[in-house]
Amino acid sequence: MSELRYTKDHEWARIENDITICGISDYAQNALGDVVYVELPDAGRIVKAGEQIAIVESSKVASDVYAPMDGIITAVNDTLSSNPGLVNEAPTGQGWFLKIKFSDAAQYAALMDEKSYTDYTKGLHE
Amino acid sequence: MRYLPLTPSDRAAMLEKIGADSVDNLFCDVPAAARLGGNISGLPNHQSEIEVERFISALAAKNIHAGSCPSFLGAGAYHHHIPASVDQLLLRGEFLTSYTPYQPEVSQGTLQYLFEFQTQVALLTGMEIANASMYDGATAAAEAVMMANRITRRRRAVISGNLHPHYLAVIQTMADLTGFELQIAVPAPGTDENFSIDEATPCVVVQNPDFFGRLHDFSALAETCQKNGALLIVVVTEIISLGLLKSPGEMGADIVVAEGQSLGNGLNFGGPYVGLFTCKEKYVRQMPGRLCGETVDTDGRRGFVLTLSTREQHIRREKATSNICTNSGLCALAFTIHLSLLGEKGLTDLAELNHAMACNLADALAKIPGCKILNNTFFNEFVIELPKPAAPVVDELAKFPILAGVPVSRFYPDNVALKNLLLVAATELTTDKDIAILSAALAEACA
Amino acid sequence: MIDLDTPLIFEQNADGRCGVDLPAPPKYIARLGNIKRTYKIGLPGLSEPQVVRHYSRLSQKNFGIDTVFYPLGSCTMKHNPRINEKLARLPGFANLHPMQPMQTVQGALELMDILTDWLKKLTGMAAVALSPAAGAHGELAGMAAIKSALIARGEKRTKVLVPESAHGTNPATAAALGYSVESIPATADGRVDVAVLKSKLGPDVAAIMLTNPNTCGLFERDIIEIAKAAHDAGAFFYCDGANFNAIVGRVRPADLGIDVMHINLHKTFSTPHGGGGPGSGPIVLAESLAPFVPLPYIVHDGKNFVLIEHSKDAKGTKTYGRLKTFHGQMGMFIRALAYMLSHGADGLRQVAEDAVLNANYILASLQDIMNAPFDGPCMHEALFDDRFLKGTDISTLDIAKALLDRGFHPMTMYFPLVVHGAFLIEPTETESKETLDAFITAMRDLVVKAKNGESEFFHQSPRLAPRRRLDETRAARNPVLRWRPVGKP
Repeated sequence: MSELRYTKDHEWARIENDITICGISDYAQNALGDVVYVELPDAGRIVKAGEQIAIVESSKVASDVYAPMDGIITAVNDTLSSNPGLVNEAPTGQGWFLKIKFSDAAQYAALMDEKSYTDYTKGLHE
Repeated sequence: MRYLPLTPSDRAAMLEKIGADSVDNLFCDVPAAARLGGNISGLPNHQSEIEVERFISALAAKNIHAGSCPSFLGAGAYHHHIPASVDQLLLRGEFLTSYTPYQPEVSQGTLQYLFEFQTQVALLTGMEIANASMYDGATAAAEAVMMANRITRRRRAVISGNLHPHYLAVIQTMADLTGFELQIAVPAPGTDENFSIDEATPCVVVQNPDFFGRLHDFSALAETCQKNGALLIVVVTEIISLGLLKSPGEMGADIVVAEGQSLGNGLNFGGPYVGLFTCKEKYVRQMPGRLCGETVDTDGRRGFVLTLSTREQHIRREKATSNICTNSGLCALAFTIHLSLLGEKGLTDLAELNHAMACNLADALAKIPGCKILNNTFFNEFVIELPKPAAPVVDELAKFPILAGVPVSRFYPDNVALKNLLLVAATELTTDKDIAILSAALAEACA
Repeated sequence: MIDLDTPLIFEQNADGRCGVDLPAPPKYIARLGNIKRTYKIGLPGLSEPQVVRHYSRLSQKNFGIDTVFYPLGSCTMKHNPRINEKLARLPGFANLHPMQPMQTVQGALELMDILTDWLKKLTGMAAVALSPAAGAHGELAGMAAIKSALIARGEKRTKVLVPESAHGTNPATAAALGYSVESIPATADGRVDVAVLKSKLGPDVAAIMLTNPNTCGLFERDIIEIAKAAHDAGAFFYCDGANFNAIVGRVRPADLGIDVMHINLHKTFSTPHGGGGPGSGPIVLAESLAPFVPLPYIVHDGKNFVLIEHSKDAKGTKTYGRLKTFHGQMGMFIRALAYMLSHGADGLRQVAEDAVLNANYILASLQDIMNAPFDGPCMHEALFDDRFLKGTDISTLDIAKALLDRGFHPMTMYFPLVVHGAFLIEPTETESKETLDAFITAMRDLVVKAKNGESEFFHQSPRLAPRRRLDETRAARNPVLRWRPVGKP
C-alpha cells in the first residue's frame, strides 16, 4: 500500500498494485461539515482524470468529487450510503469512495505528496 | 403616506449620519441617462384606502361570481365550501407575513404545518412521501415527467389524451423548452386508452378522474409499467375525490401529482393554487421542491427543518433538480387546516355528498330530450352531450345568470367531435333548486 | 412567552371526531364503478376548537413581519397591507371560476389589464406576461422568450453568462433550458467584471443574466454599456428583478437596455410571503421579445377584454405555449394593484428612496465595527463579510442565532457567495428609524461580545426561541418526512 497523494481539489489517492483507492481529504471533510450523503458512480464506468465522478453533501453544501487518475471504476464504498459519517470520522480510511483500475501510474506520481498538500492547504486559508 | 414611517427629520438625521447631502447622492451610480427627473408619468399619485377600495370594488362588481347564482363549473377548479376558521387562521400575521423557514428556531409554526401537510398528502394519495407543495397541479405534473426522465434516463414520455388540457399544454411546453419527447394520445371521452410502452418510455401519465370525469383503475397499467421499467404518474385534479375513491398509491403509482385547490382554497379566478407532489421514498433525492423533515434541537426536543436542500437551486445552482424556489406556503396551510377540520369522517362524508349531488344532477339532466350523459362512472363531474354546440348554450344561460358548466370547446376549439360536449360539476354547495333551475334552462336552450 | 405544547394533529386523533358538520346526502344511485375506497385513509379527527387552538399555537412559534424586524437581504420583507387582503377576498374575485364565460368576468380581466399597464409604465417596457407563478417561474418564462427569439432568428447559441454573485435560480433556469452556464467574476468594487464579460460575449452566447441592483446591494454602474455590448454580440439581456425595490419609480429598466425582467410581486409589491409562497412572477419584455410570450394573455377587441388561450388566436405574437393552469396568480394581482394604487407614482418613488436611505443608514452605523467589503453607497441592502470575526471561533451563523434572542429575524446569511460569511441586510422602507436604531444597538452589542471572544454565549444561541438549534445533519442523513402510525415503517 502506497502513501497518500492529493489533488488540488482535495481528493486523495493511494495505490495497491494496479488499483488506486480514492476519497476526499481530511481538510475537505472538515470544510464540508457533517457529511449527510455521498452519490457514487456505477462500477464499470470509464473515467478520465479531472472528470466529476461523485458528489459529497453536507446539509448546506454539495461538492463535486473528481477522478484523480484515468481508468475504470472497479468498486464503490457501499457502506457510505448507510453511514455517510465515515467520511468525517475516517476520511482516508473507512471513508474511502471508490477504486479505479488505472492506466497511467505517472498520474499518481504527479499528485502532491503529504507535505506539498499541507503547504497548499495552508496557502488557501488566508 | 401610511406605509412609510420615516419623517422629514428622520431623513435629515439619517443623511447626516451617512454623510450625504440628499438621497439623490445615494443614487449616484445610476447612469445619468437613466435618471428620472420626477415621478413616472401616466400614473396617478397615492390614494387613500377609501379610494382604492372604491376603485377595486367597482371592478369586482362587474363580475358574476359562483357564489351568486347556480354554478356547475369544474374542469380543474372546484367551488367548495371553506369553513370560516380556515381564513381566520390564515390571516394570523405570523403565518401571513413570515418568510420561508430558513431560520427554523423561529419558524416551527410553518415547519410543523408543512410536516402535517406532507403527511396528509401522502395519506390521501396512498404514497410514501410528499413535498411541501408546488405552484399548481400542472407544473407539478411537468416536474414529475422530468423527474421520471432523470430516474430512468429515458426521454419519450407517454401521456394520456384524457389529461386536463392545461396539464397537457404545460407538459408540452416544458418538453419543447427543456428538450424531451412526448407521445400524447388524442382526447377520447368514454373510450379506453391503450398505451404503447417500450424501453424508451420513462413514464406513462394518466389522470383519475380523467378530464371528462371518467373513473379508472390503473392497477393493471401500473404492472405493465413496472415490467417495462417505466414509472406510472397519476394526476388528480379534484382532490376531494380521494375521500371516496381508491387512491393512486393503492393502484401502484410511482408518482402522484395533484391540484389541491379544492381544500381550503377559493376559486380566485385561477390562482394562487397549490400543487401536490408525492412519490416512492426511494426517489426522494430526485424530487423537486421543498421538503420538511423531523429532527431534534440541542435540548433533545422534537422540531422540524427544511431538509435535503442540496437538491435545490440555492445550493446546486445549475445542477439542481429544478429551478423552483417558492412553494405555495399559505395555500398549503389552508389545505392543511381544512383537512384537519374534516378528518377521516368529514372527508368521506364530503366526498359522498359531492358524488350524491352529481348523481342527482346527472339523472335530472339525462331526462332532457336530446341530451346524453356520456359517463358510466364519475365522481362529481361528468360530460353531457348536447344536441347543439355547447359554448353558445353556456353563453345564453350566463345571462340568467346560470354558470352552466365548461364547454369542452373552450379547451379544444378546433375539435369538431367535441363541440357539443359540456363538462358539468356538482359539489356540496349544489342544491336541489340549482339542479332544477339548470335542468329547466338547459331543456329550453336545447329545444 | 410560555412555550405551549403542540403535538401533531395525528397525535390528537379520536376516531369519528370531526370539525365540520355536513348535511346528510340525498338518496342517489352511485356511479363509482368498482374503484370505491375500501380502507381507511388514516386522517385524524379533531373538533373545530381543537383545530383553531392547534394552528393558533403554531402561529405563535413563528416570527413574521407583523411582529419583528425581518431584514432578509433580497427578500424585501416589507409591511403587507391588510386592505390588500380585504380586496382579494371580495366575492366578486374570490368566487370567480377561471373558465367562466369571458363576458361574466370583465372586471377581473380589466384588473389584470390595469396591472399590466402599471407594470409597463413603471418599467418602460413594451409587453407584460402575467402568468408565471413565482420569480423562478418568471425567469423560466423570460429565458424561454429569449430561447424562442433565437430560434426564430435561426441562430443556435448555447451559452448564458451569469455573475458569480447571482441567485441560484439564474443558473438553474439557464441549465434547465439546455444552456451551459459561464460564470463572470466580480471586481474589487463588487460589480460584475465588464472586461471579462465582454471577452466572453460571442456568437455562441444567447444571453447575459444580471441582477440590478446586484446581490451585493450595488447598482451596476456600467449596465448601459453592458447592455450595448450584449446587443452588439447578438445576445439578449435578462434582468433578475428581485431587487427592483431599490429603484422603482426612480429608474426604468427599459432605460438600462434590458430586454426582459421578472418582477416579484411578493417582494416589491407587498403581496405576503406566506411562509414561503404563493408568489407571483410576471415578466416585462422589450419590443424585441414582446412576441415571445406564454399563454394566456389579454387583449381588448374594441368592446371587451378577451383572454387569448390558444396559439391559433394569438395574432401578433409567437407564443411558446402555456406555463401553468389557468391565467396566473389572480389573488396576487389584486393585492399588488391595491398596493400600487395606494402608493401611486409619487409614493413608489418614495418607497425606493426610503428603502435606499434605510439601508445606507444601517451601513453607516455598523461599518466602523463590521467589515463592508465594498465602498458605499449601497442601494436597498447593506452587505458585510465576516472578517471582523477573524481570530474568534464565532461565525456569521452564530451572530444570526444570537439575534433571534434579541427579537429580530436575522439578515440573509452566506449569500451572495462571492463574499465570505456574508451578512446581507435589507430593512425596506416600511421600518421606522426607531426600529433601525434598536437593531443597530443590538448588532453593535453582539459584535462587541463576539470580538471579546464570548464563544459560549454565541454557540448556545438561541436560548429563548421556541426551539434551540436544530440538528440538520440528522434530518438529512435519516430523513423523516412524515408522521407514521406506531408500528408502521
